[in-house]
Amino acid sequence: MPSLDDLRKRITSVKSTQKITKAMKMVAAAKLRKAQENAEKGRPYSEKMNNVILNLSKSITDKENAPKLLVGTGEEKVHLCIVLTADRGLCGGFNTNIIKKAKSYFEKIISENKTLKIITVGSKGYDQLKRQYKSYIVENISFKESKNINYFDADKVGKIIIEKFEKNEFDVCAIFYNKFKNVITQIPQEQQIVPLNEDKDDKDVSGNDNDYEFEPDEDEILSNLLPKNISTQIFKAMLENSASEQGSRMTAMDNATRNAGELVDRLTIEYNRSRQAAITKELIEIISGAESL
Amino acid sequence: MSNLFNIDIVNPEQSFLSKDNVFEVVIPAVEGEIGILKDHIPIISFLKPGIIRVFSGSEEQSFYVEDGIVEFKDNTLSVLTSSIFDLKDADKNFVSESISSAEAELSKDNIDDQKRFLLNHKVEVLKSISIN
Repeated sequence: MPSLDDLRKRITSVKSTQKITKAMKMVAAAKLRKAQENAEKGRPYSEKMNNVILNLSKSITDKENAPKLLVGTGEEKVHLCIVLTADRGLCGGFNTNIIKKAKSYFEKIISENKTLKIITVGSKGYDQLKRQYKSYIVENISFKESKNINYFDADKVGKIIIEKFEKNEFDVCAIFYNKFKNVITQIPQEQQIVPLNEDKDDKDVSGNDNDYEFEPDEDEILSNLLPKNISTQIFKAMLENSASEQGSRMTAMDNATRNAGELVDRLTIEYNRSRQAAITKELIEIISGAESL
Repeated sequence: MSNLFNIDIVNPEQSFLSKDNVFEVVIPAVEGEIGILKDHIPIISFLKPGIIRVFSGSEEQSFYVEDGIVEFKDNTLSVLTSSIFDLKDADKNFVSESISSAEAELSKDNIDDQKRFLLNHKVEVLKSISIN
């Protein structure tokens, strides 16, 4: 049985924890709105980019000589995985979910005797993966210093990927991130970016066979465009990720605040009960002492 | 019949400019400047460093772009670019910084002709901006 003093201390400590989680929740809520806005603002760019590439790849007749970034190297031996996570913890299952998704993919690759290479973006992903997959991690990138997500950072990652591709260091590249559905739901995503998988939702483009004029020719445009597309996809993933992170943190902190409240209630009852018990005990002692006189 | 069409300029962060009363747009495409009027045939091209000029009514807007993709379809011109700014609020420091970084790049030996051409062009355009 904890003493009254112990209980009082615990209540104060839980209350101050609650204050912190509450503050974190509110900060996350404010950041979430901004991140969501940014994700929405960034959407037209990647959508348009996708459209243009779809239109272009349809008009390519000579599939054999098409850029490798689009059709692949023809092999599937080396897989490069880009795992995008947050730089900070305390956001519920956010990081763990991505890692879980990525790990199941890794296991598949390894069991098929293919080579695995991992690039982690964000320090939390690196922390969680280094124990098990340290030998596979080729690069660890973190943008802790940049305050906002910007295209410049995404472009850096994109350039690394292109560079590795040109050196024939991998055949297939996939990125892992959390897609923001709403504040409570974030869906871990696996998206292949090299070779470019034809999107399933290309319905609006397939209908109109626009004969485009290309200047210069298709191949040249594509080879210029595809590297940009990689950066764009990464940027999109980063935007989705940041919105998801804030959403996830908000729900996690909301839960924590509520749990702390419940704990305080329970502890307060316990405190009151034992205080009452102590008083009763004292009274009984006095009364029985008085009776014995 | 109006002879106006739409323009959408987007960069990765946001939609930069969206207008539906454009009369003519001149874009610095990689093989030379293209002037686009209404009912131009569908075209996809990419940009070299230069100035995009947008004419709507009596108004003319100019933007500096470094690179990007343009698509014209159904009387909508979409410009996708990662580096764009309005000439009106061009930052002198930024411009001169860009010039010096481009010149530094030029002085390296290991660049191919195409890149050299683009860089030379970039310096030229940026210098013309900083004079104005």
